Amino acid sequence: MREVAILGVGMTKFGELWDRSFREIGIEAGFQALVDAKLSSGDLGALYLGNMASGSLIAQEHIAPLILDYSGLGAHHLAAVRVEGGGASGALALHEGWLAVASGAHDFVVVGGAEKLTDVPDVEASRITGGTADHEWEAVFGATLPGLWAMVARRHMHDYGTTREAFGQVAVQMHENGSKNPNAHYRNRLTLEAVTHATPVAEPLGMLDCAPFSDGAAAVVLGPMERARKFTDTPIRLAASQVACDSMALHHRRDLTTVDSTVVAAKRAFAQARRAPSDVQVVELNDAYTIGALVALEDLGFVEKGKSGPAFLAGEFARGARVSMNTSGGLKAQGQPFGAVGVAQAVEIVRQLRGEAKERQVSGANLGLAHNLGGTGGTSVVHLMERVN
Amino acid sequence: MTIARFWRETPQRYNLGGAKCTVCQTVYFPPRSVCPSCAQHRQSLGRLEPFHLSGEGEVVTFSVVHDAAEGFEMQVPYVLAIVRTKEGPQLTGQVVDVDPSEVKIGLRVRATFRKLREEGKAGVIHYGYKFTPADEWDGRPDGRSTPAPVASEVQSAPVGGSASA
Repeated sequence: MREVAILGVGMTKFGELWDRSFREIGIEAGFQALVDAKLSSGDLGALYLGNMASGSLIAQEHIAPLILDYSGLGAHHLAAVRVEGGGASGALALHEGWLAVASGAHDFVVVGGAEKLTDVPDVEASRITGGTADHEWEAVFGATLPGLWAMVARRHMHDYGTTREAFGQVAVQMHENGSKNPNAHYRNRLTLEAVTHATPVAEPLGMLDCAPFSDGAAAVVLGPMERARKFTDTPIRLAASQVACDSMALHHRRDLTTVDSTVVAAKRAFAQARRAPSDVQVVELNDAYTIGALVALEDLGFVEKGKSGPAFLAGEFARGARVSMNTSGGLKAQGQPFGAVGVAQAVEIVRQLRGEAKERQVSGANLGLAHNLGGTGGTSVVHLMERVN
Repeated sequence: MTIARFWRETPQRYNLGGAKCTVCQTVYFPPRSVCPSCAQHRQSLGRLEPFHLSGEGEVVTFSVVHDAAEGFEMQVPYVLAIVRTKEGPQLTGQVVDVDPSEVKIGLRVRATFRKLREEGKAGVIHYGYKFTPADEWDGRPDGRSTPAPVASEVQSAPVGGSASA
C-alpha cells in the first residue's frame, strides 16, 4: 500500500443555508479543495461523496454524478461514487478515497461530504436522521436519537457517577470553540446554567445538549505521498484510516456506555500508524449529543473508562490543554450536516497541522485524530493525520 | 409504513416471539437466522427455533422523552427504556402506567400489549409491547445475554501511554 497525503481542503459555512442548493454547496467545497491543492481537474481519477439521505431530504438520489456534472467534470467521465453510513458517511467516503489512492487504483481523488437538512421541516429531519438507528426495533417503539443517547447518559451517570454538569460543559466548551470559527453554525457562547436549564428533549439531555441540523459541505483532495511535494510544502500524511461496525440497536451492545465500534476502529488506527493516544494533540470527535463526546474520549483512549466527566470538567480537553478537542466547535457548534461532518473534521485537523487555524490554532500540533460515528455507534470511522516536516 | 411492513413483524411485536439457538442455547429477540454466539456461524444455520420471551425483565436504562418520535406526540412526556429480559435479550420500549419520576434503573417490569401509535387519522394503528412496573416476578435475569461473544479487540480500550488519566 502507498502512503497517502491530503493535498487540499475546503468547506462551506455550516448552518441554515436557505439561499443555497445542495449542488451549489457541494461544488463550492470541492473547488476550494482543488484550488488549495493546486491540482487541475484533469489529474483527477475519482470522486467519493459522503451523504446520508439526499433521497429523503431533497428527493434526489444518484447525487455523485450530479455533483461531478455541475463541477464541470462531466466530460472527463470520472468514476463518481456516493458513500453512505449514517452520520459517518463523510469519513466512510474518506476511507474509500484512501483505499483508492493507497492501493494505486487512482492517483488523485476528491473526497466530498454534503448534506442539506433544512430543506425539510425539523420534525421530518428528526425522523430521517432517526433512521440511522434501528427503525424496526427502536424507532417503532418511540425511540429517537436523542432518546437513545439520553439512555447512554443515564447509564453512564449510574455506573460512573458522571454528573449533569460534566456533559453540559461539553456544550459550553464547543460554543466557546465555535465562537472562533467563521464557518460555524453557532458562534454564540453558552453558560453552563443555560445548558442544564434548557428545554428538556430526552432527560437528562436538553435542547443545548443536541447538535443542530445544518446544511453544509466539505472536501479534501488526496494523492500519493511520493508526489505530494509537487503540490504543497505542507503535505499531511493520512497515517491511518479505519472503519469498524457493531449492532444497529443500542440494546444489543455488549455495554451500553461503551461504543465498541469506536474502541476497535481506534485500536486498529493506532496500530496502523504505530502511535498511541498520548501522541495526539488535536482531536475532532463525535459530539452530536454531549454525552457522546465523553464516551468517545474514553473509547478513543484519551481517558480511562468512566473518568471522562471529571477530566473534562478539569479542562483537560480545552483548546491548548493536553488534548485539544473539537477546536472547530464540533458538531454542537460548527454544525451537523450529517454526510459532511466526517470530511469537515479532516479539514479542521489538516488546518491545525498546517498551522492555518488562525484564532483556533493549537501550537505544536503534529498528530491529529478524527472520529466520525453513525447512529448510536453502528459505524465508527477513525482517521489519524500527521504533519510531515 | 405499509401495512405489510408492520404486519410481518406481528409475532414478535404482539407475542415477543424470539429465537433460541439449539447449538449454544442462546436466546435472541428479535429472532435471527444466524447465531452470532456460535464460533462457526454456519453451524447454526437452520438450527434456531422459535422461542417466546416471558415478558419479564428489568430496566437497565431509561429516558423521559419530551421531544417525541413521529406519531408519539400525544404521549409526551413518555418513559423510553431498555429492558433486560429474564431470558437474556435486551429490548427497547416504553414504560407506562407509572409516574416517570418513579422509574429507576433496576425497576422490575412486565411486557403488556398496547397501542403504539397511529399513522395519522386514516392510517394503520400499530400495536405492540410496552412495559408496566411488576414486582411479583421473582429472580434476576437468568438467561444468557444476547451479545455474548466479545471480540478480543474490544476487551480494553486503547488507553494510551502517559496520557491516560
